[in-house]
Amino acid sequence: MTTLAFKQATKPLLAQKFSLISWPLMALVAILSGIGVLALYSVAGGSFEPWALPQIYRLCFGFAIVFVVALIPLRYWHFASTPFFIFSLALLGFSAFYGVSVKGAQRWLEFGSLRIQPSEITKIALIMVLASYYETLDKQKLSRPLWVVIPAMIIAFPALLVAMQPDLGTAILIAVGGGIIMFLAGIHLLYFVIILLITAIVLVTILFSRDTSWQILSDYQFNRIETFLDPSRDPFGAGYHITQSKIAIGSGGLEGRGFLQGTQSQLNFLPEKHTDFVFTTLAEEFGLIWCVIILGFYAVIIFLCTLSALRSKNRFGSLLSLGVGGTLFLYMAANIAMISGLIPVVGVPLPLISYGGSSLMILMFGFGLVQCVNIHASRY
Amino acid sequence: MLTFLPEVKLGRSQLNRRVMLLGICQAAALAVVVGRLRYLQVTESEKLAGLAERNRINLRLIIPERGLIYDRDGRLMAANQKLFKIMMVREETSDPALTLEQLGQVLQMSEELKRTTLEKIKTSRQDVPVVVIEEASWDQVARVSANAPALTGVQAAVGDRRYYPMGANAVHLIGYVGKVSPEDLANPSDTDPLLEIPDFRVGRSGIEKSLDRTLRGRGGNQQIEVNAYGRIMRELGSVGARHGASHQLTIDSAQQNFAMARLGEHRASAVVMNIKNGDIISMASTPAFDPNQIVAGITQSEFDKIRNHEGNPMFSRPTQGTYPPGSTFKMITALAALEEGLITPDEVINCKGVTEISGRAFHCWKFNGHGNIRLESSLSESCDVFYYTLAERVSLEKLREVANRFGIGVSPKLPIAGIENGHFPSRASKLEIHDRPWSIGDMINTSIGQGDMLASALQLTIMTARLASGLRVEPRLVLAEAGRQIARRTFSPIGISQASLDLVRNGMNAAVNNVAGTAFDSRTADESFLIAGKTGTSQVRIISTRERERGLTPNEELPLSQRDHALFCCYAPIDDPLFATTVIVEHGGSGARMAAPIARDLLMRAHYGGIPSLRMYPPEVREEVKEIFLNLDLPPQPQGPPSQDLTSGSLSA
Repeated sequence: MTTLAFKQATKPLLAQKFSLISWPLMALVAILSGIGVLALYSVAGGSFEPWALPQIYRLCFGFAIVFVVALIPLRYWHFASTPFFIFSLALLGFSAFYGVSVKGAQRWLEFGSLRIQPSEITKIALIMVLASYYETLDKQKLSRPLWVVIPAMIIAFPALLVAMQPDLGTAILIAVGGGIIMFLAGIHLLYFVIILLITAIVLVTILFSRDTSWQILSDYQFNRIETFLDPSRDPFGAGYHITQSKIAIGSGGLEGRGFLQGTQSQLNFLPEKHTDFVFTTLAEEFGLIWCVIILGFYAVIIFLCTLSALRSKNRFGSLLSLGVGGTLFLYMAANIAMISGLIPVVGVPLPLISYGGSSLMILMFGFGLVQCVNIHASRY
Repeated sequence: MLTFLPEVKLGRSQLNRRVMLLGICQAAALAVVVGRLRYLQVTESEKLAGLAERNRINLRLIIPERGLIYDRDGRLMAANQKLFKIMMVREETSDPALTLEQLGQVLQMSEELKRTTLEKIKTSRQDVPVVVIEEASWDQVARVSANAPALTGVQAAVGDRRYYPMGANAVHLIGYVGKVSPEDLANPSDTDPLLEIPDFRVGRSGIEKSLDRTLRGRGGNQQIEVNAYGRIMRELGSVGARHGASHQLTIDSAQQNFAMARLGEHRASAVVMNIKNGDIISMASTPAFDPNQIVAGITQSEFDKIRNHEGNPMFSRPTQGTYPPGSTFKMITALAALEEGLITPDEVINCKGVTEISGRAFHCWKFNGHGNIRLESSLSESCDVFYYTLAERVSLEKLREVANRFGIGVSPKLPIAGIENGHFPSRASKLEIHDRPWSIGDMINTSIGQGDMLASALQLTIMTARLASGLRVEPRLVLAEAGRQIARRTFSPIGISQASLDLVRNGMNAAVNNVAGTAFDSRTADESFLIAGKTGTSQVRIISTRERERGLTPNEELPLSQRDHALFCCYAPIDDPLFATTVIVEHGGSGARMAAPIARDLLMRAHYGGIPSLRMYPPEVREEVKEIFLNLDLPPQPQGPPSQDLTSGSLSA
């Protein structure tokens, strides 16, 4: 056989690649996005404008991203991970100086009509660079302090940049997402015990720093914590979000008021009703039963990502799939815990359902990577 | 082949273990979240659904009408002018920017106005109506009404604007209203929701500020049900606004106008008070400015022009302007000495024009001296050396005690914002201000109302009223609140013997009605209305020995800021005092020449209830007085607000 002929024979055909794609995963992503479009349609009072239609366009673009990313060989992503991470850090730094401020936080970068949120890009870039790091790291060195400190720094740097925006919620999620990769990579559990202890000490210090000369958090962050602990303290101010959100969720009951029948979110009582608080509309209109089904869909998606990881021939692919699944879970759990009043309002969108460009595209990019692992690194 | 990445051989089982651990954590977290949703949607569902029902009901504030302010005869001093406003409510329109664009086409609004309005709409509360056009014409209202279906959330309404019929003539007294400032909003003692209304006005100065809470009233609310699109379905109930309380003041607006006109171009203050009941009849301060101009909205530069005007028109001189009382304080020194038995009515002190105390020379204003002088003539001729002698006998503490009894160094109790308390010097304050200990020189200065002592025209008027009546007269400004008469107070005796008071009153009488008196030119020719008073010329600068040797520079030749302040405190009629007044002309030169004639005219105007007849003046001053009265810039009487009647058509274009 000539080299050319060999290459042609062994190269997976496009059709073969398509057959390796996890179609159940694609279907679930499509279903959840569809539910999201329904929610946006309902939030607008039964109208495709101003949110549902743009979301549909973005979804079409998003699915194209999934296929493109999935079909590119995995090793290219391995190569690209470090430059991509550095690029995301540069964007973060850039946004600190030139970003558009939204509600007191420098979160957005504007390029003409395109607005992007660099912290969204960071969370996937961090997963990639950590997966790549553990791919190349000698297994024997895994738990040695130096080789633990390096990834810890890789996580801490972007997390601090985001925290300075100031967007504490996203910063914590980025740090926890990175920590999950380290955990999955298999470093010694003792490190996590130490980190938890340090976090506890830092938290206590922060709480005691209030009203002192060295106060660590901004006043609005303290306010959020306080209103979280006692929403009735300020029913028309900061506690408004939590109170109104709980009312909307609770009034849905077991079976919901029915599609387009919600009164709370449509009446503009809810802020951010199409972004961070979009799930309240679903909860109000479809009730607990559908809420559980939707959460079930998320669980299956995460399970499929884990399956992809366990079947991967290499560490990079495994950690990548687990990272995407883990991040999805983190954002989903944080969002619902936030809107149901379990944790303070941190400003985290609900993956696939919330209206928003940056987060949706990045998520689709992540699913593309998972499918890429399915296509290019599956052992079966 | 995809051999680029080595297969995972080591740690495969470890990965499985970790994935399992993570899965357990995630499952636990998911269970918590689902549990929370179950709690909200099943356990708490009924309660929260009830809250949701209430959420469909909106509360809307009803703005109360600000209380009116009348003078003692019921003439309006602060009124509410009805204006058409075009307003917009954010929660009633789906797209404020689009609605505003349409409104802009209907009303031909400028781009600038549209932009600022949109900004206002975005930053105010959803249910708060934002004023788009403050003073709309009838034509604009008609256009909005005709296009109502296209302009959801836009409404034409009748609103109020404060109007001050007396304009500049009562601005220091009444004050004016202005926008709610961020400081007002942050004030923890005033959390009135009305303050959040962007176009709400609160008192910024004067009575408007000090009585703001009662003038403001209390906002009502209207409960309305809204549908899924925020449209108002019906009114469920409402609690009416409680309008602000109207106030009737003790001020006589005609007297006030006269006082303002009489002060004319001077930087001056004049207070006229009824001694019997403490009523402030007029309180004039010049120069002044028109508050209506500010309320109607002026630019920052126009406002700065008023504020930075060299005459300082925003300064309320009768209550905020404090000056050394000068010789008008001599009555207090005399009383303190008399009460302590340190001087008798008949003791004679020789004034040579200068006296030496502790090695320092202290000069009388009269270069050649007054010669032999007794207490009564010391007041009428205003001899300084007489009081230098008393200063050596009286203690500072006794002097302060008597001064405080007459209201000097004590805060006057009047509901006007920003009243100054003046100052009565003490050993501690001397050390604090000058970093030098108290000396006999300070005592001498204090005895003739110089040095650090400061008092306002209001305080000196209170002092004069107390001297005239022998009672602790307290000033009063509000006659009735919300139709309720404020109870009259009876004043307690001042605690000075009748003999001492009579002696001082005789001195004040002689000052005006005796040929040798300093204010003889300002007497009246009406036997039933004779004035008693005391001139004061308070020094602003220190006169050096060399200058004294060269001969004093006449006031007229000094720059304005170095000229003496002219003061005159007086009351009338002498046998049964009814009115007390104080006139202070800033840098006016001599009290006798500048302040006394004004004070005389004010007292006579108050007594006769109109411009006094020239027959009541001594023949030699009639020409001069006639000239003054002919040039008075008096507004026509009676005054009222411009038509408040909307049906009269006066407001339509």
